[in-house]
Amino acid sequence: MKCERDPKRIREVLGKKVQFILGDMACVYGGLLAGVSFFGGYPITPASEVAEGMARMLPRVGGTYIQMEDEIGSIAAVIGATWGGAKSMTATSGPGFSLMMENYGFAVMTETPCVIVNVQRTGPSTGQPTLGAQGDMMQVRWGTHGDFEALALAPSTVQECIDFTVEAFNLSEKYRNPACVMTDGEVGHLRERIIIPDEKDLKLINRVTATIDKKKYIPFTNSQTRKNCKVPDFATFGTGYRTYVTGLTHNEKGFPATDKQPDHERLVKRITEKITDDADKLVMVEKINLDDADIAFVTYGATARPAESAMEIARKEGKKVGLLRLKLVWPFPDKLITKLAKDVDKIIVPEMNLGQIVHPVKEVACKHCEVISAPKIGGEMHLPMELYKYLEGK
Amino acid sequence: MVEIKTADELNKKFLREGMWPTIFCNGCGHGVVLEYTFWALEELGWDMDNVIFASGIGCSSRLPGYINADGLHTTHGRAIAFATGIKAANPDFNVIVFTGDGDCSGIGGNHFIHAARRNIDITVIMINNFIYGMTGGQLAPTAPLGSIATTAPYGNIEHPFDISNLACALGANYVARWGVSHPYQPIKSLKEGLQKKGFSLLEFLAPCPTAYGRRNKLGDIKKHWAWYDNNTILKEDYEKIMKYGTEEEKAQVKDKMQLGVFQDIQKSGFFESYEKLVNRLKEKETKTKGAKK
Repeated sequence: MKCERDPKRIREVLGKKVQFILGDMACVYGGLLAGVSFFGGYPITPASEVAEGMARMLPRVGGTYIQMEDEIGSIAAVIGATWGGAKSMTATSGPGFSLMMENYGFAVMTETPCVIVNVQRTGPSTGQPTLGAQGDMMQVRWGTHGDFEALALAPSTVQECIDFTVEAFNLSEKYRNPACVMTDGEVGHLRERIIIPDEKDLKLINRVTATIDKKKYIPFTNSQTRKNCKVPDFATFGTGYRTYVTGLTHNEKGFPATDKQPDHERLVKRITEKITDDADKLVMVEKINLDDADIAFVTYGATARPAESAMEIARKEGKKVGLLRLKLVWPFPDKLITKLAKDVDKIIVPEMNLGQIVHPVKEVACKHCEVISAPKIGGEMHLPMELYKYLEGK
Repeated sequence: MVEIKTADELNKKFLREGMWPTIFCNGCGHGVVLEYTFWALEELGWDMDNVIFASGIGCSSRLPGYINADGLHTTHGRAIAFATGIKAANPDFNVIVFTGDGDCSGIGGNHFIHAARRNIDITVIMINNFIYGMTGGQLAPTAPLGSIATTAPYGNIEHPFDISNLACALGANYVARWGVSHPYQPIKSLKEGLQKKGFSLLEFLAPCPTAYGRRNKLGDIKKHWAWYDNNTILKEDYEKIMKYGTEEEKAQVKDKMQLGVFQDIQKSGFFESYEKLVNRLKEKETKTKGAKK
């Protein structure tokens, strides 16, 4: 039978309210709190602990865990499970994420909510499996072919691994688009104190299911029950709506319509605009000491931690340094970064790659201030003093 | 319930409105397999709101689009993995996968073998036409030796895949292969496969006059269909001849493709086992709680 979210049972399985756990495990907790009932995964360092945690906990809340044959199968099963009525997720790292790209696009095209946790490592290829990096920040945005919008969160702490996994489900359900938790090997393998949020503090957003008369239902068009909403009402399988779902360009009824320009444009514009229309609402950042700052770090994920330390050192010395931490990296907060660029002289973007998110920063900021990339690769985090040096112009 | 007697009535019940005409060429075998499936479903009397179709890419994978039911037309080769998720979300669903030989045994081989090994409770209907028909006739892993394809212009030198044999080796609960010119056995077999708990495979040998027959000089549509009758043999007949036949008779049937039910067993299906696991955990927890009190 179908698995229904049981808040009491979930908390029984999760255990004590305050715990000291691994970042990867926190993604499991977040998933369970959000009501995940299907997890399909494949072992990969440094993300395997997510699958292991799910294998242990999911059967105890009545959900289904399957170790699939590869990451292609994992994301496929996850999408299938969503259409079967479940909230579903998977977890992987760089190489697995690369394998998921095709069906990541399928999820976008078929407007299938699902969550992918990417505990990032570096590449190209197998790279350094056991070490953290931020190697897929652009892959999540551009990795699958064609035009689409990404929803990607980057936790900096273990607590945020819980909170952002819940948030990823919320965004995914709200926009009917896959959402990714772009954590990394550093945060994924970090142990920290976490507090499991109470049920009353947990804000869960669930898909708007189709309720309209079955003969009037149109599966791939603006919502038929909400005004000015480009997200269609969701008729999952078995609800009697008999929806046909295809990754081909389809008309509003869901039938293949592959040879006419207007059909494709209408579809792809709607599935991107449903997110870009809300771009201003979709800003999740943390601002520290930005009011009077001359120099700002723009950062995300694990890298925010040494950047914050570098900022504190500089502040003690009277330097006006601030920090903007992107919690939701995609959609990219263009307006906010533009405003910041007008307020400061210099933006420094530390990343555990050779420069990825620095590019969208430059795209909007370079007219107004200097933008410097502060890359570090090889599986070691930036030291605060390394970043401090960038404040002095290297 | 009104009893359905004619193909027209059957089509009215099962076909989705607004999807016509189909993409299939003259002489294609896919429509026949769809019709067999409809008859089987009609005879089973299943609630079609609870029957979910999944498919990959290729001609056969377009079939769910013509059925008045939920359908997930997925990416190339991945339908079985998607179907695994659909079934996991609600094991009460009857999940049917339509796939082709290229989709299932080429790009999707890995998903196929693992779903069969796990004994996932789905029915896979693989339509084998020896060729990548939709893309214009490229070589398929099932193409007999010597077959001409656009990507094997001098004849196929690779040994073909026997997908039914593979499914048997993997321990699938139900495995059968049929043609498209004799309806009764395949419809009966489809019913058996659909009702089967665990993984079931129904392979259909179906003509593709456009991409395979024409290129391999198998004649017009009629002759091409006859080629299948002349080159297949019922498994039981094959076994009898190989046991009791003369050398001449044996030589005649040696290279024919066998039709019939190859495997019909009762291994526990994945979701049956999973439910047991969930219940075992529950019992254990209740006991531990009781002991603490």
